[in-house]
Amino acid sequence: MAQKMNIVCVTGTREKLQMAAMIASVAAATGDEVSVFLSMNALPYFLKGHTQDAPVEGELGTLMAQEKGVPSFKVLFQQAVELGDAKLLPCSMAMDIMKITHDDFDPEVGPATGLTRFLSDAEGGQMLTF
Amino acid sequence: MSDSKIVDARDTFCPGPLMELIRNMKQSNVGDTLELLSTDEGSGADVPEWVNKVGHEILSNEKIDGVWHIKIRKAK
Repeated sequence: MAQKMNIVCVTGTREKLQMAAMIASVAAATGDEVSVFLSMNALPYFLKGHTQDAPVEGELGTLMAQEKGVPSFKVLFQQAVELGDAKLLPCSMAMDIMKITHDDFDPEVGPATGLTRFLSDAEGGQMLTF
Repeated sequence: MSDSKIVDARDTFCPGPLMELIRNMKQSNVGDTLELLSTDEGSGADVPEWVNKVGHEILSNEKIDGVWHIKIRKAK
């Protein structure tokens, strides 16, 4: 059964971004309606030309960074959008603080979204935070 | 005419093989057969889980010399 899966990405570390991207891509490709709210230190990774080399938190992150065969979190988020119609929603507050507009983001990123809108759309679904 | 295709996702980690399969499934027609090759240990259980959940058909699933060979028929 399709369900609503809401993912809040706020931490800019490799492990958290990777786990969020894995869940988003698999859930979206399985038919879930996936929305990913991007804010705080996770948001800059979705800016055009920004480094994808997120700092690691610990042992697993270090191992993942060394392995060639681990799909990058950016590719997984793109696949969530392309293969499963996931939405990547940048937090409008964080965009104001960073003084950026929608044009500054990679093409897979959706419209600027406020918390009120995100929470109201998320009603009744699952909510995961990374 | 139904096609048969090999999706070689060896040496990638979860969810790489699954996403590679899904990408190829999208480009295939109903009735086509895809054979996924994966060295990711979890694929043997996880890929059939996805296939069944989404409603396609597992034709065979076996591990040969450390490589999972999972044959799937696109059912819809």
